[in-house]
Amino acid sequence: MITIYVDNQAYQAKAGGNLLEAVLSLGLNLPYFCWHPAMGSVGACRQCAVTLYKDEQDTQGKIVMACMTPVKEGLRISLQDRQSRDFRARVIEWLMANHPHDCPVCDEGGECHLQDMTVMTAHDYRRYRFAKRTFANQDLGPFVNHELNRCIACYRCVRFYNDYAGARDFSVLGCHNTVYFGRSQSGPLESEFSGNLVEVCPTGVFTDKTLKEHYTRKWDLQTAPSICVHCGLGCNTIPGERYGTLRRVQARYHSQVNGYFLCDRGRYGYEFVNRPERPRTAMIRRDGQLAAASAEAALAAARELVGSARGLAGVGSPRASLESNFALRQLVGAENFYSGQAPWLDDCVREALRQLQIGPATPSLRQVEQCDAAVVLGEDVTNFAPMLDLAIRQAVRVEPMELARQLKIDLWLDGPVRELIQDRRGPLLIASPAATKLDEIARWTYRSGPAGVVRLALATARELDASLPVPDGLDEPTARLAKEVAAALAKAKSPLVVSGCGCGSVELIQAAGVLARALAKVNSAARLSLTVPDCNSLGLAMLGGKNFRQALEALRLGRADTAVVLESDLWDLAPTDAVESALAGKRLVVLDHLPGRTVQRADVLLPAGTFAEADGTLVNNEGRAQRFFQVFPPQGDIRQSWRWLGDLAGRNWPNLDAVLAELSSALPDLAPATGAAPQANFRIEGLKVARQSHRYSGRTAITADVTVHEPKPPDDPDTPLTFSMEGFDGIPPAALVPRFWSPGWNSQSALTRFQQEVNGPLRGGPAGVRLINPGSSGGTAVSAVSGESDQAGPQAGRLCYQKLLVVPAWHIYGSEAQSMQSPALAGRAPRPYLGLSPADAAQAGLQADQRITAQFDGQSLSLEARILPSLPRGLAVLGMLAGQPAVQLPAIIDPPPKGAP
Amino acid sequence: MDKPLTKNIDLARGPLDLAGYERAGGYQALRKALGSMSPQDVQQAVSDSNLRGRGGAGFPTGKKWSFVPMGPQAPRPKYLCVNADEMEPGAFKDRLLMENDPHLLLEGVILSAYAIEAQVAYIFLRKEYVLSARRLEQALGEAGQAGLVGKNILGGGFDLEIHLHTSAGRYICGEETGLLNSLEGKRANPRFKPPHPQVSGLWGKPTIINNVETLCCVPGIIANGAEWFGKLSRTADGGTKLYGVSGRVNRPGCWEMPMGSTIGEILDRAGGMKQGYRLRGLIPGGASTEFLTDQHTDAVMDFEGLGKYGSRMGTGTMVILDDRTCVVGMCHNLMKFFARESCGWCTPCRDGLPWVRDLLWALETGQGQAGDLDLLEMHTQQLGPGLTYCALAPGAMEPLIGALRHFRGDFQRHIDQKGCPWRR
Ligand SMILES: Cc1cc2nc3c(=O)[nH]c(=O)nc-3n(C[C@H](O)[C@H](O)[C@H](O)COP(=O)(O)O)c2cc1C
Ligand code: SF4
Ligand code: SF4
Ligand code: SF4
Ligand code: FES
Repeated sequence: MITIYVDNQAYQAKAGGNLLEAVLSLGLNLPYFCWHPAMGSVGACRQCAVTLYKDEQDTQGKIVMACMTPVKEGLRISLQDRQSRDFRARVIEWLMANHPHDCPVCDEGGECHLQDMTVMTAHDYRRYRFAKRTFANQDLGPFVNHELNRCIACYRCVRFYNDYAGARDFSVLGCHNTVYFGRSQSGPLESEFSGNLVEVCPTGVFTDKTLKEHYTRKWDLQTAPSICVHCGLGCNTIPGERYGTLRRVQARYHSQVNGYFLCDRGRYGYEFVNRPERPRTAMIRRDGQLAAASAEAALAAARELVGSARGLAGVGSPRASLESNFALRQLVGAENFYSGQAPWLDDCVREALRQLQIGPATPSLRQVEQCDAAVVLGEDVTNFAPMLDLAIRQAVRVEPMELARQLKIDLWLDGPVRELIQDRRGPLLIASPAATKLDEIARWTYRSGPAGVVRLALATARELDASLPVPDGLDEPTARLAKEVAAALAKAKSPLVVSGCGCGSVELIQAAGVLARALAKVNSAARLSLTVPDCNSLGLAMLGGKNFRQALEALRLGRADTAVVLESDLWDLAPTDAVESALAGKRLVVLDHLPGRTVQRADVLLPAGTFAEADGTLVNNEGRAQRFFQVFPPQGDIRQSWRWLGDLAGRNWPNLDAVLAELSSALPDLAPATGAAPQANFRIEGLKVARQSHRYSGRTAITADVTVHEPKPPDDPDTPLTFSMEGFDGIPPAALVPRFWSPGWNSQSALTRFQQEVNGPLRGGPAGVRLINPGSSGGTAVSAVSGESDQAGPQAGRLCYQKLLVVPAWHIYGSEAQSMQSPALAGRAPRPYLGLSPADAAQAGLQADQRITAQFDGQSLSLEARILPSLPRGLAVLGMLAGQPAVQLPAIIDPPPKGAP
Repeated sequence: MDKPLTKNIDLARGPLDLAGYERAGGYQALRKALGSMSPQDVQQAVSDSNLRGRGGAGFPTGKKWSFVPMGPQAPRPKYLCVNADEMEPGAFKDRLLMENDPHLLLEGVILSAYAIEAQVAYIFLRKEYVLSARRLEQALGEAGQAGLVGKNILGGGFDLEIHLHTSAGRYICGEETGLLNSLEGKRANPRFKPPHPQVSGLWGKPTIINNVETLCCVPGIIANGAEWFGKLSRTADGGTKLYGVSGRVNRPGCWEMPMGSTIGEILDRAGGMKQGYRLRGLIPGGASTEFLTDQHTDAVMDFEGLGKYGSRMGTGTMVILDDRTCVVGMCHNLMKFFARESCGWCTPCRDGLPWVRDLLWALETGQGQAGDLDLLEMHTQQLGPGLTYCALAPGAMEPLIGALRHFRGDFQRHIDQKGCPWRR
């Protein structure tokens, strides 16, 4: 720490950063636009001007841009002097010259950084009296609205979209005061991270198009800290509700997980919560028909089914909380608890868990960003674990940034650093069946099925650790590549191995572990990151039930006659015939919030709360337990699953803490999950944390059509949050932050007030707890897997082309069931397809888009043929689309005959 | 008097070809340098000569070069960029050199590249300079054939590629770092310094950017020595200077004269004012310098001489304000240019210049209001150096500052008389 003087007062600041960061970290007010904590400084807007003095004697000083000025010992500045205040007021005046001043009809209003900065600089009178420039807006697709007349040309959008997220279908066009931020023509934004424009843009140019459908001002939204439920990474979110519908999802900063951003699946997948088709009423099957019943009656009916069961099978869910899964396990007994993850993925998740327990340590997303070399084995992270894509895009800049360090260029000086390193990138290998989006930044790409990727991984490991065997069947080019990759990894300061469940190959996950451990012998900073399919896949695996194949068997053999299904559609887990034959004559209790085949087949349906109506804990792919909280109380019959199940089991848990207490004693490994957030009795200044903002309007009017008396806010016995504006409105512990807002800072930029320092953890330390300590599971390390044992059938690259090996192809828009209920997202999903190499397509006489029928084990699928030039011969990919009949992958199939057109 | 820059120029004849240029003593400096001087020697000679950059800022050229990392450890390739963008209103001096003695520029480029051990040189040429492009290409072809550019130049072991790049036509491409971005195929937004281009320039490599006229001085310095160069000048800044005059003079044009000639002498070369026109003022060195008046004809045109009158020499190509031209109109014309040419990166320039332009037009069209002059003043203060991202906006304010200082009454009359007195 060093001392700086601001308006003659001494402060401690961190050396090495810039002055704007320092001033904001000190909690002082200084307006800014172009600087962004994740993207650094460029000095474009000139808003953060301060006066810098040479020494105590200097009374003149000169104006500098705080964001471009390194913090040095003894630095003297003024924020309050006339000179810099005047200049800052002029900057706002210029910025507002062309602004339409249409706040009342602008979606940004009330949470607008431009409004805040305008007020902060005390600009209130418009002197510019000439015609404003105007723009034609574009249709940028279903996610982001474009109203460019509000633009103040801070360049944050292009810097995020192009420089940070690496997309190219958007740019800044034109010059002088008609610089245009958009695409060359209308069309959906192609980046998977486009929704961040909404938060990155300090004005109302880019706003959330889904929010527009049911618009509500920030101050009228009821919000709570939440966790994204759309993939296994566990990004932190702030969903907002009004009148019982979820209106939007924003990023909730987490210094280790998602930083400032979200992917578009995470931001726009929320509307399943609002779907009219969603099960909302309790139902009981009577005379073969599901009919509405009271919650109590349904509960009684379920209790009766469970009580009279001759054998129970409880199917848990990778998209339900630890608590709900645990409640089911308590209801049915540990020996009758089964995983609701498709068995082939379940095998992978369990293997991933095992590898994480062995180590080396798994990195957070923030740590991934800091890795200087990476290999991605078998994964299409952009589609399977989207934010990992964004993290890897930052990681490839780490090695070249060493150059900047040598030249003593501050790394937050974004322009100079980019100009220096240009498109130099650190080592990145993408080994995957088909081309992925990250290929464009990769040094090496390797196209192969899982077996080939395993061989490459093992050969690379062997290069690093001579005690390992050379994999069988290693060909010359692969061996050469392995050598090169190994050399780069060995040279790196913090190398990273990424793999996961995306390929559906257990052997590949093992091989990734072998490689990571070989690497860790050379460099203890080596890390292993493994993706998992769903938001609580890892938590479910840690609960340790049996797999779904065994559930079907138990049902088929009659060992169980009653299934209790938690937030899962069984038809998504196994082929239709297998599910139907197992369920024939069986009794089914279903808890869910998604419509689906299992819901239709239920004997008793208990409508479950979505993440927005429930509290619970999710374990992400790094084993981090994170708590999500009800955003609004469930309406009608809807209850949180764990509450339904607790009642069914006669547990009478008074609140969530009681479930967690029971969980901790039953499964001590999971006990630390209790600490993911403060318990229900936590109070600050004697208060609960308010979910409604201090400006929440209309609380006496919202129900005025029913009663003129203001209703008492619903109780929340489960959490330290309250469904009210009465409550603590300051800065609570990180896990309880319901919104970023502080005096003078109404937009998301208020976040700096919640951080210990810019880019640092939230005050009180980051939320969540890591449950996995590598090495703890005790020496079950697989030292080597063979490169050829994994494939029963033909291996890509050297087979008779009679058969095709089919591996999954994931889609950010399409593969995840909940988000597919959101119209904005569903509209961007592909139609069901089988991707074929050009050679295989030609051999089978297939054209692009032709309808085909593919025969899988126990399931035939009607698909479109897609020709993927990147696919090696003999390898095919099946688009993984939610709701499509389940097949087990990888699979070997006959090349499809042409189906009926 | 020696005229090292224009001795070969004969507008009627056109440029010398390679043979002609060599007959006139061309490429002797290059032979001398490659034969008997180290790169450091060349740098030293240029430093000793007190050559200062002719692009407008007057930075000492030898000193600029001295920041380039040298020797085998230095990053490679290193680049030399020739700033031939010349879009400053009123400037046409570089054009004279390129159209009429392209080999002089090439010799200067090769020598300078040798001095900084650059492997690649780019000539960044203004879009409209079609004739310059043709003649430079012709000269480049000849030089390549003669082994003066390319590999192992004149057998001396020095390699240099020279590329001619024609700009897409923006003023900001002449700002040296905007030029680099433009060459890289990016938007021509200026870059932040430090790091300076000498350390991280084109494609992140050490780079020198010099003006055409600057580089054309180098062969003379190497051939005849620093002392000779110093003596060409009447002041501390070495060499001769191309001075230009445009406006209502009898012979608008551009001439090589000793550095430090006075404004009056230069006006004399232009044959004085046209019949019926009186000199009221002038911007001495291209559009982005402050107005002087008819009181300043004794002022010395070098890099220091105009400072005491609040102006500067800039490119040394002056534009004359006569008594039948409205100074507000002239400023509006300039501001239309600057506002249009703003790259749009920083707020004061992007949104301030159009406001200034609109205010001036309001004055011109009788829409001026009390307080408008204060708004103009405000802009002249708040678009100063250091406040904006690059020097374009401060440059744009210079003529306005001078105009308000010397001709404020004219501005006020526009408001009082609700219109332009010159337009009636
Ligand atoms: C807006 C702007 C435009 C400029 N245009 C030119 C130009 O066209 N030609 C030029 O030589 N220098 C131009 N300059 C100056 C260059 O930035 C730079 O100082 C010069 O090329 C350096 O060369 P020198 O040291 O040989 O003078 C311009 C500067 C600014 C700020
Ligand atoms: S659109 Fe928004 S983010 Fe982009 S430049 Fe304009 S104000 Fe800044
Ligand atoms: S990366 Fe995954 S967890 Fe993060 S926002 Fe996207 S879907 Fe949600
Ligand atoms: S002053 Fe700013 S807007 Fe103007 S040209 Fe320079 S960088 Fe661009
Ligand atoms: S925030 Fe510092 S110049 Fe924009």
